[in-house]
Amino acid sequence: MAEITMRDALTQALREELARDEAVFLMGEEVAEYQGAYKVTRGLLDEFGPKRIIDTPITELGFAGLGIGAAMAGLRPIVEFMTFNFSILATDQIINSAAKMLYMSGGQFKIPIVFRGPGGSAYQVSSQHSQALESWYAYFPGLKVVMPSTPADAKGLLKSAIRDDDPVIFIEQERMYGMKGEVPEDEDFTIPLGVAEVKREGTDATIVARSLMVPVALKAAEELEKDGVSCEVIDPRTIRPLDIDTIIASVKKTNRVVIAEESHPFCGVGAEISAQIAEHAFDYLDAPVKRVSGVDVPMPYAKNLEQLALPDFEKLIQAVREVSYL
Amino acid sequence: MATQVVMPKLSPTMEEGQLSRWLKKEGDKVSMGEPLAEIDTDKATMEMQSLANGVLLKILVNEGESAPLGDPIAIVGAEGEDISDLIGGKKSAKEETPKAKPKTEEAEEKEPEPKKAEAAASKPAPKEEEPRPVTTQSRDDGRQLISPIAARMAAEAGINLKSLHGSGPGGRIVKRDVEDAISGKIERIPTAPRLRAVPLRPLEKGEVYAPSAYRDEPASEMRRTIAKRLVTSLGPVPHFFLTTEIDMERAADLRRAINELYPDAKISINDVIIKVAAAALIQHPQVNASFQEKHIRYYEHADIGVAVATENGLITPVVRSADLKSLPEIGAEIRELADRARARKLRPEEYTGATFSISNLGMFGVDEFTAVINPPEGAILAIGAMAPKPVVRDDQIVVRHIMRVTMSCDHRVIDGATGAQFLQTFKQVMENPLYLFLAQ
Repeated sequence: MAEITMRDALTQALREELARDEAVFLMGEEVAEYQGAYKVTRGLLDEFGPKRIIDTPITELGFAGLGIGAAMAGLRPIVEFMTFNFSILATDQIINSAAKMLYMSGGQFKIPIVFRGPGGSAYQVSSQHSQALESWYAYFPGLKVVMPSTPADAKGLLKSAIRDDDPVIFIEQERMYGMKGEVPEDEDFTIPLGVAEVKREGTDATIVARSLMVPVALKAAEELEKDGVSCEVIDPRTIRPLDIDTIIASVKKTNRVVIAEESHPFCGVGAEISAQIAEHAFDYLDAPVKRVSGVDVPMPYAKNLEQLALPDFEKLIQAVREVSYL
Repeated sequence: MATQVVMPKLSPTMEEGQLSRWLKKEGDKVSMGEPLAEIDTDKATMEMQSLANGVLLKILVNEGESAPLGDPIAIVGAEGEDISDLIGGKKSAKEETPKAKPKTEEAEEKEPEPKKAEAAASKPAPKEEEPRPVTTQSRDDGRQLISPIAARMAAEAGINLKSLHGSGPGGRIVKRDVEDAISGKIERIPTAPRLRAVPLRPLEKGEVYAPSAYRDEPASEMRRTIAKRLVTSLGPVPHFFLTTEIDMERAADLRRAINELYPDAKISINDVIIKVAAAALIQHPQVNASFQEKHIRYYEHADIGVAVATENGLITPVVRSADLKSLPEIGAEIRELADRARARKLRPEEYTGATFSISNLGMFGVDEFTAVINPPEGAILAIGAMAPKPVVRDDQIVVRHIMRVTMSCDHRVIDGATGAQFLQTFKQVMENPLYLFLAQ
């Protein structure tokens, strides 16, 4: 297996799926000539031509709707948002058309579309460009939401998302494009949606982390191990459908949970996971479920404030110690 | 994150606590479980432990001042943390005006904090006699906090939760507390309540004596009717009294003989009375019982509360399983408990949960008196002075050491005849203490 960046793993997935299925095409702002704002679509225009790699105007609502129409007509579009912050403009199409079309047409129209792009915090891009929007999309029945945390997961999950017949929101983390990891080269390598992965086994506390928080959780687990606290780190990978069974099994083993997430705490994915743990594993808890989230304010621009607003290694360690009564 | 340290409930009847002594100063590091302050409750001076790690940022209640249960008395948090929210405009105790205010007024003043007012508003108006509205702090309502997994494990292991000491925040019983109890570790922690299942064999010296085990039997309809009727007649605990005169010659001889053999034992007549009462209680389980509304609780062992007068008032330390203990053991234990009672150093588990009590005013020259039952116990024995008196023996007037005892019984659980039979046994054994050695 080659060690490549998450950016390259995503490009591999796109290339392989574009080659595998003629119905797959990609569009978005700057994806063709400029090869992507984050270079995830590098080389694809040369390889697949302007009919399948399409630069769009700066009209998120327009090209999202175009993609959904193409999906209804039998194609398998991949729509790139330069960042998910801009997807906010397209939410009417995503929520009112993509998510509901199968249901409202009585099963006549499948919408096999992937909306992908970077989300979450970046480096000092301030409030409007540093948002974790997964809980928005996960809220609506009809959408699947995927957030990879390693290059291999990114590749395997994106391939599954493209092959999936439902609309999938695929959120990459802007700070993780350069992260390296071993990635299988096999063209049939996929990771099923809706299956969590235990990234690290442990017995004393469970950290549920996704996306950027997974490496942070793994580092915290390593540090806590020195204090004799054995942490299990679970990455749901798919936010919706959520693999709650894997989380519950872990809670039953460790009795303590910390949920790490970049997003705001209120009505977040962590809140949902926390509620489901209370519903399904109440009798196994030794401490209240603890969330380590981004703070409940718009992301500040100043570097020092940005750091304070984000969940980090220290906050996570403190939270695990708290639920472990240390 | 900074948290408020609130006045904890350190005794079952405590409503407010007086800050006796701070063991940490502002700026000192504190860790969870570390003693933070000494609090005077209505019963004893107790150590209060920190429930958080961090720095003692602010002391809100000065030494000598009182605070009602659940009121913030200090703030613990990270060094340099902004705690203005937690103080809620309240200045540090140090900066407060030094004028001492009446305690009640002080408590009233703290009421209008917005959060509490809201919480109180959403609840039914408190009754007149309640000193203050219910606070939002769950640990103030007397509930034992326990994590779900700990509750489950304790249930599966058959551990009585009341016997556990919670090491989590707010005294929450957490998994490790149950694990410790299962592995027996808890018994080696001297500050932990001495509670566990009572073995049905005489305990060995140095072993921990737990409060008596018991069985609950449903109260019969008749028994409940008797209880209801009698309560309407006389208070919530309908007392009746039985008095008898006891010839103490042989008991005094026994005491003298033991003390001659073992001068260190320093047995008192009171020790003999405790031992005899315990033996009689085992023979009359109906008296070693407690009325519990729906059922009658019968105790397996005689945990005897012994009334001790202190400067601050009456307290009744408990000699656990007195039926299983030797006279020298009882003597040593009661002396030690009484000493600590006078120093206000008794822990709550040492003065609660007796199955029967004894109050002795003989040393004050009182000939006889009636004592008030300490609920939920079923009875109390009031001991008068032992004194030489003329009595008739074989038609002759002779001088004997006589002691008059009066037993107060809770009529809801003990009837006249039941009480009388117990008192008869007590008198019999007191007058012939050799029974003690036959009965065991």
